[in-house]
Amino acid sequence: MQLPDAEHLLTNLTERVRHDIGPNTALVGIHTGGVWLAERLHQNLQLSLPLGTLDVSFYRDDFGQIGLHPQIRPSDVPFKVEGSHIVLVDDVLYTGRTIRAAINELFDYGRPASVRLAALIDRGGRELPMVAQYVGAVLDVPSDKMLALEKSVEGKLSLSLYDKRRNNE
Amino acid sequence: MTNAGTMSNNPQLNKNGQLQHLLTTEGLPAPILLHILDTAESFVGVTERDVKKVPLLRGKSIFNLFFEPSTRTRTTFEIAAKRLSADVVNLNIAASSQSKGETLLDTVDNLSAMHADMFVVRHSQSGAAHLIARHMRPEIHIINAGDGRHAHPTQALLDVFTIRRYKSDFRNLRVAIVGDILHSRVARSQIHALTTLGVPEVRVIAPKTLLPTKVERLGVHVYHDMTQGLKDVDVLMMLRLQNERMLSARLPSTEEYFKYYGLTQEKLALAKRDAIVLHPGPMNRGVEIDSAVADGKQSVILPQVTFGIAVRMAVMSILAGS
Repeated sequence: MQLPDAEHLLTNLTERVRHDIGPNTALVGIHTGGVWLAERLHQNLQLSLPLGTLDVSFYRDDFGQIGLHPQIRPSDVPFKVEGSHIVLVDDVLYTGRTIRAAINELFDYGRPASVRLAALIDRGGRELPMVAQYVGAVLDVPSDKMLALEKSVEGKLSLSLYDKRRNNE
Repeated sequence: MTNAGTMSNNPQLNKNGQLQHLLTTEGLPAPILLHILDTAESFVGVTERDVKKVPLLRGKSIFNLFFEPSTRTRTTFEIAAKRLSADVVNLNIAASSQSKGETLLDTVDNLSAMHADMFVVRHSQSGAAHLIARHMRPEIHIINAGDGRHAHPTQALLDVFTIRRYKSDFRNLRVAIVGDILHSRVARSQIHALTTLGVPEVRVIAPKTLLPTKVERLGVHVYHDMTQGLKDVDVLMMLRLQNERMLSARLPSTEEYFKYYGLTQEKLALAKRDAIVLHPGPMNRGVEIDSAVADGKQSVILPQVTFGIAVRMAVMSILAGS
């Protein structure tokens, strides 16, 4: 299966988000791929509010089935959420469950004026009513595959496809 | 009950090697200790927010079973459970069923019939938490909050968490544990945690009467003199001198103890200039520690209490998810 170039998609995504940014716009990346993207977007868009990051492990709905994620990074939202216009950033939008968890976590920091979603890839397969306002590309990925963003040592982003069985967390 | 710590297969781990109960730091592999510390790091952020709560343990029931009095430990366990959205029931057993003659296991059987998911147990008998863990259905998790002279693993974990926050690498530290090592479950758990995490030099400093025989077997260096023992130390872990020990023949007087083993500014100056001072609380000011040190710049005693909540949140959520 031919995968699109992540760097090229990031350029598209940057321009789509740029269209809507204002003085109170803040980016919040979701660990791990979403944080890499958000870092690049934040740099490209020269936003004045600092970048936020979320690890949604404490808000996931599958804790009862699979327990705690083996590696959790601290969430960090270094700006006032109350009244800000937040763009959540994730690499792959799939079931929508991660986004649900991220929105719940975000609201424990305060009441944002609005929340929008930017994703590099929308691979369909939604199990919750989530829609991304900014999408790099829509891609049809077989349900037994996992699509993941990777970052090279030099910082270059790329997409990879895995067998779900092997990488099932 | 006394041989609980020497069981051949680790009763704390399930068949997948995940932490099922937290009973002692002895025999816990470094990756499990580090996973707890790393997870606790994320909970520190949660406890600094306006909404100091996550929904992780919503609908779970946690019973704090305290067969021995405690204020700080019980309170921090209670706060930790509440910040994970669990329902918490505090039972001060000394004042209830036990005085009516109910056995320990009858008490926990009755509580598990109330659909408990987790027990936090403090007991004056070494091995009490192990006994309950072996008796319970595997889906019920046990945390040892202090058993006799045996172990107090969450205290040791919050201590090493605090050390890691101020001193980045365990592998080049010199740590001194000072005071009543003999009666201290805290000291035992600290020694196991520190050595597993790779601290190359753990010292114990105490009078001979307050040291267990053959304490060197735990991999520590023994000192009876503060002047030698504190030299070039990075971390000082003070122990509480329990007042009831004063009644025994082990020590002549608190004044005498303070003179030789009480931590004063002068003695602290023998350690490294950036050494930190820990104490598990409650402190006896003027007995094992001078107020000037307890409230001084090198003291991290209050941060220990704050981090204790994050560490207990981490332990509870790892157990509940195993």
